[in-house]
Amino acid sequence: MKRLVGFYLTNMKLAMMAQFQYRMQSLLYVLWLVIEPVIYLVVWSTIARSNGGSVAGYTAGGFAAYYIVWMLVRQMNLALSPSDWEWRIQEGQMSAQLMRPFHPIHNEASDFAGSKVFMILIWLPIAAVLIIIFKPSLHPSWFQVLAFAFAIWGAYVIRTMMVSLLGMITFWTTRVGAIFDLVFALELILSGRLVPLPLMPVWVQRLASFLPFQATFYFPINVLTGSSTPLEILTGLGIQLVWILAGLGLVNLVWHFAIRRFTSVGN
Amino acid sequence: MRLLTFVWSYLKIGIANQFQYRINFFIQLLQSFISLGAGLIGLALVFTYTTELGGWSRPELLTVMGIYILMGGVISTFIQPNMTRLLYEIERGKLDFALTKPVDGQAIVSLRELNFWSLTDVLVGLAVVGVALFQLDRQIGLAQGLSFIAALFFGSVMIYCFWLIITSVAFWVIRINELVPIFQAVYAAGRWPVGIYPDWLRLSLTFLVPVAFAVTVPAEALAGRLTPTALLGGFALTILFAILARLIWSLGVRRYSGASA
Repeated sequence: MKRLVGFYLTNMKLAMMAQFQYRMQSLLYVLWLVIEPVIYLVVWSTIARSNGGSVAGYTAGGFAAYYIVWMLVRQMNLALSPSDWEWRIQEGQMSAQLMRPFHPIHNEASDFAGSKVFMILIWLPIAAVLIIIFKPSLHPSWFQVLAFAFAIWGAYVIRTMMVSLLGMITFWTTRVGAIFDLVFALELILSGRLVPLPLMPVWVQRLASFLPFQATFYFPINVLTGSSTPLEILTGLGIQLVWILAGLGLVNLVWHFAIRRFTSVGN
Repeated sequence: MRLLTFVWSYLKIGIANQFQYRINFFIQLLQSFISLGAGLIGLALVFTYTTELGGWSRPELLTVMGIYILMGGVISTFIQPNMTRLLYEIERGKLDFALTKPVDGQAIVSLRELNFWSLTDVLVGLAVVGVALFQLDRQIGLAQGLSFIAALFFGSVMIYCFWLIITSVAFWVIRINELVPIFQAVYAAGRWPVGIYPDWLRLSLTFLVPVAFAVTVPAEALAGRLTPTALLGGFALTILFAILARLIWSLGVRRYSGASA
């Protein structure tokens, strides 16, 4: 355990330094980060205005708050994409990582975790600009801020395990593109990434409550921007914990069978 | 003429290669339908709360979506595979093989690759446009049809030029990872008519990244809202983009020093 903590800290530091080193690429990345939520924000605040001020309880300012926080949450829940898993497995690139005394998933998890520090720093000025442009209504309490700090890391852990499970499908079949697309389309709709979940029909919301997707988008965003009671927030954090435990079990189980199928030559 | 022979032999091998994996056609088709489904759900959500968005009715927005998918198919069939290969070869110093051919360098690097199965998106996009026109229940006159085709053509040329310019930047900075996802994120803005965006974004999507000309303008042509002046403006901008792309490409190639061959 102590070894693992040391490994995480070192690898996180390395990832952080790499982010600062490739500043140009990171700046381009900002563009990528801003566009998607701004599209949603513009569409929905236009509708809110033409709809007499609000849609399903969200005013234009409410949407602005939702999608500006969305951006940070998106940065936080970003993990190694299943296509990268696909590439590694197909090309036999996992051997070196398998030699290490840790589960290879720790390598990626710590790498991404380290780059988050840079992401938060880069989000601050962007959020400032967007706050000036879109004037969000955002008045979180200290408790909400504190809970948010936990919720975004929970979102990261859950999504890391989700995409890793997805990526591991490549151990069995190499035609995974359509499966990834399908899961990400489901995630788009059921996680609160496309729109805040209260905008969805009731049966979709009910379906979403049985799936892990909303723990990685809607829940953390709503912790900061919504008006949930402390009890609801604590329950949400508890649900995140349940998903984390379930994910840990599943990742270990799948990995156990998957790794027997892996063969590679060289490197 | 010689160029055609070259391009033909590149494409022949490339397409023959892709035909080995015929199942990919169905997978690609499935992927097209998944993204179409997600798009339709988004559209349906919007119209549960409103009857028009920025002056566009539901079937009109469906034409926008169809053209968005169609143009996306054109990009991933013809433009993107060539440009990712070019980027890779600049980075690795392998461009010599293309540059030493006795034909124009820009032409050969732009025409070598063709991602055949992505044509499914072109078909799906056309089908969506067809359904939308049927829902609109409006006769499309000859003038409208022609200006639609012209607008599509100008739009795709502009997107090509834009992509060539960005890729040519690699001659100076060598490494631009993530170019494809970044472009896709920006292109996703074309799913909605650019008129709904705030000025700063609308202007960038028109003159910086010509998404407006690729999607919104052809849709306007179909809806009969495109003025001849706007179409002429599009033509002028296409010429401008083409000259700029040629210029930056030529300057870039001059900086290129290979490491192979």
